[in-house]
Amino acid sequence: MRKGNAAAYFSSFRIRLMQNLQYRVAALAGLMTQFFWGFMLIMILEAFYRNSDASIPMSLPQLASYIWLQQAFLVFVALWFRDPEMFGMITSGNVAYELCRPTNLYYFWHVRLLAQRISGAALRCVPILLVATLLPDPYRLRPPADLAAFLLFLLTLFTGVLINVSISMFIYILTFVTLSPVGSLMIIGTVGEFCSGMILPIPLMPEWLRNIVMVLPFRLAGDLPFRIWSGHIGMQEALTGFLTQLLWLGALMFFGQLSMRKVLNKAVLQGG
Amino acid sequence: MNLYLRYVKMVFRCQMQYRVSFLLTMLAQMLIPFSVFAGMLLLFQRFHLLGSWQVDEVMLCFAVIHMAFALSECFARGFDMFAQVVSQGEFDRILVRPRGTVLQVLGARFEFSRMGRLCLSVVVMGIAVSRLSIAWNPLKVLSLVLMVSCGTLVFAGIFMLAATLCFWTLQGLEVVNIFTDGGREMAQYPLDIYKKEITRFFTFVIPFGMVNYLPLRYLLDRPGSMAWHALLPLCATLFLVPCVLLWRFGVRRYQSAGS
Repeated sequence: MRKGNAAAYFSSFRIRLMQNLQYRVAALAGLMTQFFWGFMLIMILEAFYRNSDASIPMSLPQLASYIWLQQAFLVFVALWFRDPEMFGMITSGNVAYELCRPTNLYYFWHVRLLAQRISGAALRCVPILLVATLLPDPYRLRPPADLAAFLLFLLTLFTGVLINVSISMFIYILTFVTLSPVGSLMIIGTVGEFCSGMILPIPLMPEWLRNIVMVLPFRLAGDLPFRIWSGHIGMQEALTGFLTQLLWLGALMFFGQLSMRKVLNKAVLQGG
Repeated sequence: MNLYLRYVKMVFRCQMQYRVSFLLTMLAQMLIPFSVFAGMLLLFQRFHLLGSWQVDEVMLCFAVIHMAFALSECFARGFDMFAQVVSQGEFDRILVRPRGTVLQVLGARFEFSRMGRLCLSVVVMGIAVSRLSIAWNPLKVLSLVLMVSCGTLVFAGIFMLAATLCFWTLQGLEVVNIFTDGGREMAQYPLDIYKKEITRFFTFVIPFGMVNYLPLRYLLDRPGSMAWHALLPLCATLFLVPCVLLWRFGVRRYQSAGS
């Protein structure tokens, strides 16, 4: 990064943030959907828990907190959350204008996506968290286990978004090659959704599947911070989790930049 | 009806031009419900029972609702994409033609790649039926057919309501997803596992219970189910009446957004 560039990245970040905070009605609509979704998931799991023996690795109240956090920070976790404008730029060739800027395109888009996710979550998370703590008991979101857990939650949550943005950067990079984001978005989105525990909470997965999912980076964005919050993951394990996050983040960003450079060298600009 | 079939043929040929892309999208479309299905199976592996329901029974429930959803997404997709049509003023063009608006909007788009979900639900239904020992009789077969076809109509009605909203808002609203995607996700499990109020809402207001939960109880000869429950899906189609009326009302109130 050259000197003075940090300011450019920061202002790009700020512009996106302000832009997205405009869509308040859309956020409200999303909020309703997420409340419904959270309730439904908890009700289904509650029904399953009714005839369970004691061998379940996560209690229902813990699970309820896990699901509300998932809903509150959905925009942080979901890989299918995308920026259609950027896909448009790639397929129409307008990306040429972006390349003219004296900034590194990888970082430039990285902060752009980051800002979108943060603004998306900023509007949604507070009302969901607030209302979810006031619900009657099996559905209630419990406060974090203790202060240290809360701080670690914030730390891992933020690193998690960075990881998620780095993963989704690959979808944009792939679009330079395929020119249509539909397929890769759907496949990476679905695999990511499953492996981050959005469909079936990771603690409830059978042993063999959990072993696979734990090696992949997808769980680091949601599952890890959410379980730190509920105290399901202890301090020691949480710190190891954080280190794993840093390693993955480094690797993903390194390979992301590498492949970005590669596709840009080969890129054929569509359009005149 | 003739015109409708011609629309179907035309769009089908159109999409078949990109065969590889079509097949890949279809595969990807299969992946999404498959991950949901896998999640359900894994939950059953851990908990064995859901209330009083066994895994095969819930699989049948899942297959019926996903089949209905896939069919209506495929054939009523025109309503799903309607926000665009209104906001770009293209609806004017539809209004000046001497044919019904519903037919034209329906015919504008079919999404055949949604067949991916359909394929999956056919397979799931096959497995479920072969593993359940249902005492089949003509009424039960009829009931199963009605469940799927009337379910398709219920989803189509919801898509239509969502499209009608666009006359006022000019934009698609995400809230509608509660009833389409949310309704599907909810009704893939037997409705009696939810809170009473929610079961009632999804039986009497949006009649998912009538196309899936109640006739399913009859199919499986559960205690308390009567033979007339088999024909309840027909009742559910009454849901379309207010949908069509509202649509008509919306069309009359429509003010063009185009120039």
